[in-house]
Amino acid sequence: MSAAGLRVDSTVVTAPPPRRRLSGRAIVLLAIAAVFGVATLRVVTGADDIASSGALAAAIGLAVPIGLAGLGGLWSERAGVVNIGLEGMMILGTWGAGFFGYFYGPWAGLLGALVLGMFGGAIHALATVVFGVDHIVSGVAINIIGFGVAKYLAARAFTGLPGGGPTQSPPLKPLPVLTVPWLSPALGDLEGEHIFFVSDLAGILRALVTEMSVVTLIAIALVVLTSLVLWRTAFGLRLRSCGESPVAAETLGVNVYRYKFIAVLISGGLAGLGGGYLALVAANIFRDGQTGGRGYIGLAAMIFGNWRPGGLVGGSALFGYTDAIQLRGGGTVVHALLLFLAVLILGIGLWQLLRRRRVVQGVLAIAAGVLVALWYLVTETVPDEFAGTTPYVATLLVLAFASQRLRMPAADGQPYRKGEAQ
Amino acid sequence: MRAVDLRRIMLALAAPLLAVLVAFAVTSIVLLLAGDPVAQVWQQLLTSPPPRLVVGIINGAVVYYISAIAVAIGFRMNLFNIGVDGQYRVAAFAAAVFAGQGWLPGGLNILVALVIAMITGALWAGIAAWLKVQRGVSEVISTIMLNSIATGLVAYLLGRVAVRAQGSNATSTREIPEASRMPGFALVAGTPNKVYALILLAVLVGVAYWMVLNKTRFGYDLRATGRSESAAVASGVNVRRMVLISMLLSGGVAGLVGMPLLFGEDFAYGDTVQSGLGFAGIAVALLGRNHPVGIAFAALLWSYLDQQSNGLQIKVGVAPEIVLIIQGVIVLAVVIAYEVVRRAGLAMERARVARELAAAKPAPPNREGASV
Repeated sequence: MSAAGLRVDSTVVTAPPPRRRLSGRAIVLLAIAAVFGVATLRVVTGADDIASSGALAAAIGLAVPIGLAGLGGLWSERAGVVNIGLEGMMILGTWGAGFFGYFYGPWAGLLGALVLGMFGGAIHALATVVFGVDHIVSGVAINIIGFGVAKYLAARAFTGLPGGGPTQSPPLKPLPVLTVPWLSPALGDLEGEHIFFVSDLAGILRALVTEMSVVTLIAIALVVLTSLVLWRTAFGLRLRSCGESPVAAETLGVNVYRYKFIAVLISGGLAGLGGGYLALVAANIFRDGQTGGRGYIGLAAMIFGNWRPGGLVGGSALFGYTDAIQLRGGGTVVHALLLFLAVLILGIGLWQLLRRRRVVQGVLAIAAGVLVALWYLVTETVPDEFAGTTPYVATLLVLAFASQRLRMPAADGQPYRKGEAQ
Repeated sequence: MRAVDLRRIMLALAAPLLAVLVAFAVTSIVLLLAGDPVAQVWQQLLTSPPPRLVVGIINGAVVYYISAIAVAIGFRMNLFNIGVDGQYRVAAFAAAVFAGQGWLPGGLNILVALVIAMITGALWAGIAAWLKVQRGVSEVISTIMLNSIATGLVAYLLGRVAVRAQGSNATSTREIPEASRMPGFALVAGTPNKVYALILLAVLVGVAYWMVLNKTRFGYDLRATGRSESAAVASGVNVRRMVLISMLLSGGVAGLVGMPLLFGEDFAYGDTVQSGLGFAGIAVALLGRNHPVGIAFAALLWSYLDQQSNGLQIKVGVAPEIVLIIQGVIVLAVVIAYEVVRRAGLAMERARVARELAAAKPAPPNREGASV
């Protein structure tokens, strides 16, 4: 069994599609287009929560832990170790934040989350790098262990404390938040005017300058740092070479085991930090089951982001955003997204039909688009139970449309043994 | 040859034994560090269970067994079906709704409900299969997403069809008529509790799994694809078709996971239904090395630990979650132990071949080509 799993070539690609990295200007243009689209959607559907600064602040809060977990996945997978144990490391992080945060203060809590996450990473590294077992198997085991350790230790540590219990810690002291004076209220006024596009942009900017947690800033710094270290230093190049071709790396004198071990350790630490954010910033308390599968979603965000820091941020933002608006606006806001989905599917259908001459797929897509549009027109809202699944459906849809353009590190998931033929 | 075989068996037994020992040691260390009474915990976990618990252990193992077989079908060809959890919940809901209507008489009602469960589970798994085959989406991610979507879907549909039980806030589907219930067999003396009648279903699933994998061409293709995809393709296996079929099979078996509970204990699908059985199935399948008999032992061990942990809180004052740590460590230790043992076996084999070659006359260089 190899963790890389079975790869099925879904389409026969005759010539590889031209792969261009987006330039800075293109990204800015794309962002403006996105804001424009959201503004249009807000005006057309009347769902104001689609672009309110409150929803966006919530989106950031939801995106940060996913982004940190995804960043953890990035480090590990760039070194060729699939890390499905992110969830377990995150759970360990939430407990670490709760325990050290309560007894030694919030900054110690953040450190505790980091250390506990690294502990999970160390187990994963021991199993996958030292002993060479299947990466996914080890990850699953770590998820079980992390879940159990957090529950057991929580019952041991928090029972009997004031406000604590076997499944939750006492309330934790908050970490500082930052608000830019003057700018934040001014943008708030502008947002209140509900001017097309301008207010939407103001809402986004306001979310970025109001009550921003220091951990969010740390997370952003870590994304930049990761990008620099992995792509601009010799250390990063060697680490990535372990994920692309460990044999070649070994012949060039890279100590593959050591690089992989370090990468998985860092991976665990980042996932732990993500858990720490959940406990210290999002909830101000450790609670059992707090992660709710965010480790897995972080992994999906990283895959969606094509194993790159920028894409990863996009994936987490998408997930955080869809989750935030469904949490705040419930079915009504998700209902507004249906219109977007309908237009998107119709567009893809037309493209398939006219540009690629694929009649069956085109007609099917157009039919699906019409159905979604009908759903939008006939109903007033989406049932809350469905609204809750928005982030997962969005992830699935995005992957369904984007997966074929993704390329993972060539040796990702393959156990590597020094001196053995692959 | 005989001696080698004996050695192989010893090696195969060494791994699980080693794993249990490691789990024992690690858990003891955790308990020591946390300041809990180590000896008493083990005493509680290792006392022989009373008849009531024995029934509980068997029943729990029945459910884990089916779940693990569902996972194992995927494993055998390198497919990671993490979605068993969602598949069995969607399927159990569909079967409960159908059986609750009581359209068909007694046994027939059960039979058709089982088929419906299998079809529903297969369809839910089919989404992931289609996404993998057509769109290249990793089944690991898609099945995880589908688990969450299943939760929302079932909650929504349950809200539509549910009847409110008298005097409680719990909602559930309509109860299955008396004639279609299977309370089970009183296999264990000294307790009124009964072993699920659908233990027979678990046995059937296990036998079918073994037969299909080892005695059919499909099973051969499946194992071949799991061992070496390129070799399978070269021998004419249509991998995309294999992915689709095995995912559907896995989902179909996953659909049966909730059935013993539905017909033997709950008689309806409510919002109190047990979740997480699919994840336990992954661990049990790993522990049992995807072998129908191995999985049976693993399921029993898993269920034994579950049931024995219930007394921990009351009798020893230790959180029963310590058992989760034991289970996780066992899984990890087992895979590590197998890897170590496999390598040790390889080394021994190499040493044996080298010995035999050394004992034989050294061959002149020009004959080397013929012997390769």
